[in-house]
Amino acid sequence: MLDDFMVRAALAGIGVAIAAAPLGCFVVWRRMAYFGDATAHAAILGVALSLAFSMSIFVGTMAVALLMALTVSVLSGRGYAMDTLLGVLAHSALAFGLVAVSFISGVRIDLMAYLFGDILAVSRGDLAIIWAGATLVVALIGWRWSALLTSTLNEDLAHASGIDPKREQLVLTLALAITVAVAIKVVGVLLIAAMLIIPAAAARQLSRTPEGMAVAAGMIGMLSAIVGLRTAYVLDTPAGPSIVCVAALVFLASSVIRKFEPMR
Amino acid sequence: MSLVSVADLSVRYGARTVLSHVSLRIDPGEIVTIVGPNGSGKTSLLRAIIGAVKPYKGRVERGHGVKIGYVPQKLHVDETLPITVSRFLKLPGGVTASDIDQALTKAGVPDLPHAQLSQLSGGQFQRVLLARALIGKPDLLLLDEATQGLDQRGSASFYQQIETVRQNTGCAVLMISHELHVVMSASDRVICLNGHVCCEGTPAVVASAPEYRALFGTGTGGALALYRHEHDHEHDHGDQHHDHTEAAE
Repeated sequence: MLDDFMVRAALAGIGVAIAAAPLGCFVVWRRMAYFGDATAHAAILGVALSLAFSMSIFVGTMAVALLMALTVSVLSGRGYAMDTLLGVLAHSALAFGLVAVSFISGVRIDLMAYLFGDILAVSRGDLAIIWAGATLVVALIGWRWSALLTSTLNEDLAHASGIDPKREQLVLTLALAITVAVAIKVVGVLLIAAMLIIPAAAARQLSRTPEGMAVAAGMIGMLSAIVGLRTAYVLDTPAGPSIVCVAALVFLASSVIRKFEPMR
Repeated sequence: MSLVSVADLSVRYGARTVLSHVSLRIDPGEIVTIVGPNGSGKTSLLRAIIGAVKPYKGRVERGHGVKIGYVPQKLHVDETLPITVSRFLKLPGGVTASDIDQALTKAGVPDLPHAQLSQLSGGQFQRVLLARALIGKPDLLLLDEATQGLDQRGSASFYQQIETVRQNTGCAVLMISHELHVVMSASDRVICLNGHVCCEGTPAVVASAPEYRALFGTGTGGALALYRHEHDHEHDHGDQHHDHTEAAE
């Protein structure tokens, strides 16, 4: 079954959707959308470094994504507005990454594959890493779920309950770095944030509890991956962007439902 | 034995000192109110007690096994986060449905478990926060201007609820309040804070202390009328601090 590249692609998409769903909810609740974007953009620098030192792409992108996320966490609240800081860091990391890639001689790399993903070229090894990463992210967030929710609601409330909000922030940062590293092959650095935010935002309209929203986001993400891939196959469109397009349409549909059912 | 004792606490944010040499103790079952002008470090003191800010100097000690329930000044729930009242109350873990019913009843909002948190009115929200603080059966309730945004009636009934909770559960209450008339009628002890403890004692003592008058003036006389005793207050000066010069700043 895994011999079929479409099956591998679908499984990769589903894996990313599962990891992105609970994390994406926190990204939406904590208004970290731009933070996710910045971390993902920085990953291209990780790609360059991985190629230069011939390491695994996953290790390189994860290291750089983690470094980026930690830098932003540390620097935030020190004189610059968060969006300015992220704008500077994200786009400089992307630019340095693109420049660094051009220095790597001897290796012909398809930059487009990292910017937009290359889900149809997912190998069995990639699939193993994607699913291992997704499992890790879901386990991490599941383990810290109540503490994360409490710190998201109010940091002082968390302190009073004996929860350290800084540590919970670190958990999210780590989960974000893992997700970026595993999603880069599927949707590429430019669309990772979309996979985080759009399913979660679409799920918001349909849920009454945080858990419900995370599960709904997962469903919407998986549906988008499957339908998006099928569309890409039939219409011969790029796979990653097609998945995001489907998710966006689901978001649109759920917003319309919300209009007619405002009490949710 | 005190539930919480704060010894010679100083708190700094960067180079700015917001609290210096604050000492206080909260004993079981008492209602203590902190009053003070804006920027006097009231919230910082509460945050130091829950461990959200680290002391620059001094210590904050909790009695062994003392459970604290905290009601924040306000809690903004983002529209994007769907959460029902009962799910919110379950967050600490190990909470049963009957715990939720009891806490909501004690807080005076028994019929809200299925409402969305973001749809509650200000008064309902504060009561849900109170329920959340009560659900862990605390020995000490900390309230940070818990009636902010409520009208006079709402806040009066909120404080009545606090009093009832104290009577029924015996928990101590440490609260910050701007509403001097409430403070003066509902507290066992008042601490007047302005970066340091200006004066403290029973409401009557504090209301007549020169440090307090320097901060709040005598214009609040109407509200304090109940407690404006004609007799000399010298005899009660035992637990007052004397830092007149700073208080007048």
